[in-house]
Amino acid sequence: MSEAREIRLPLDRQIVTQLRAGDALHLSGVIYTARDAAHQRLISALEAGQQLPIDLDGSVIYYCGPTPAPPERVIGAAGPTTSSRMDTFAPQLYAAGVQATIGKGQRAAQVRQACREYGTLYLIATGGAGALLSSFITDAQVVGYADLGPEAVRKLTVSCLPVLVAYDTRGGSIFPADQELG
Amino acid sequence: MREIQSSQITEVVAELCQRANYELPEDVVEALGRSREAATSQVARTVLDQLLENARLSREEHIPYCQDTGLAVVFVELGQDIHLVDGDIYAAINAGVRQGYEEGYLRPSVVGNPLDRATNTGDNTPAIVHLRMVPGDEIKLHLAAKGGGSENMSALWMLTPADGAEGVVEAIADRIQEAGGKPCPPLILGVAIGGNFEKAALLAKEALLRPLGQPNYAPQLAELEQRVLAAVNATGVGPMGLGGGDTALAVHLLSYPCHLASLPVALNVQCHAARHHCAII
Repeated sequence: MSEAREIRLPLDRQIVTQLRAGDALHLSGVIYTARDAAHQRLISALEAGQQLPIDLDGSVIYYCGPTPAPPERVIGAAGPTTSSRMDTFAPQLYAAGVQATIGKGQRAAQVRQACREYGTLYLIATGGAGALLSSFITDAQVVGYADLGPEAVRKLTVSCLPVLVAYDTRGGSIFPADQELG
Repeated sequence: MREIQSSQITEVVAELCQRANYELPEDVVEALGRSREAATSQVARTVLDQLLENARLSREEHIPYCQDTGLAVVFVELGQDIHLVDGDIYAAINAGVRQGYEEGYLRPSVVGNPLDRATNTGDNTPAIVHLRMVPGDEIKLHLAAKGGGSENMSALWMLTPADGAEGVVEAIADRIQEAGGKPCPPLILGVAIGGNFEKAALLAKEALLRPLGQPNYAPQLAELEQRVLAAVNATGVGPMGLGGGDTALAVHLLSYPCHLASLPVALNVQCHAARHHCAII
């Protein structure tokens, strides 16, 4: 496995198409958290043509519900949640301009296909490494759906967040279980 | 008769909630270390290095190991000679969870209405409490902070007696293969065979609380634990479903008498964040 590649956000389209499943990245810039409950609302708002709390175009969505921030920190533990629960929403969000999602675990075939169709990425962070991953977050603000508490949409500023490319723009997958399917 | 105040239970539970989330048990840390040394791919080694670093950071910097600080599952062994003088034991435990999760900056992860996800109870209650009466005048409280991702991959099968041990091994291995990276391998598997529909499920959770890797004391069952572990690791799922290392660190199995027409098998999946501690009052 080669050295991690330093990537600035928002993602450069050229770089996105060069990346391959298995590539290690260090992400720096802004990402937005959203998981089950927030996705329900985002999709409803999209379909109803209503305003969303964030601009999806060019964005990166991190499936994460962090623990409360202790007084001297910007955020608590902040690792990824299981992506497959958001599979039904992902293709629509990619179509609406989301460039990458970050989570953990395999996803349904439709998500891998959507990455190929829309030229987008699915990235993974190490599940359960909540304390470690929080150390790469330099700022955190609730920007939408505050009533959802841990599931609110948060704007996170990250510095060198370690992730792996799980699905690339060519239909490639990092998971050994996907290799036989080609 | 020994008198106990609710507040004693509340304080102990509050402390257990925090200890569980900040201090990964030593036996789990050691097992992750051994798994790291045995890993065969760079990506598996990197993942395990991150988990070991995460355990260290969590303990030293006082940040929860994982952001899913879990449902509080509490196994209580209540001595028959205890008299709880000023309240309801379940209320006392829930007060402890409320206090522990607030003081510890832990995440409230309980929704009141399973079908309306905007109903977070705000304080991580209610805890799930399993209470058993035992001889004596002590209360033993064993608390597990059980995350949702691993729990979601758990399963229960009403096998037929003819399925036998082979059926048990196959059902579990197939389930773990299907789950892939979703429950955050490397895993610890709690397995129960026998009992009935609900007894098997309860025993499978209880089996997770055993010191990591301690075998069932019955040789035939210890052997079945090893067979299941070998079959699960043969799936090649590996750390985070990326291959190159252990899928499971251990299998803990319990057996119980069952109906002559049934073979209930319960699998409670635990991720590497095996967070549990116990205390005695």
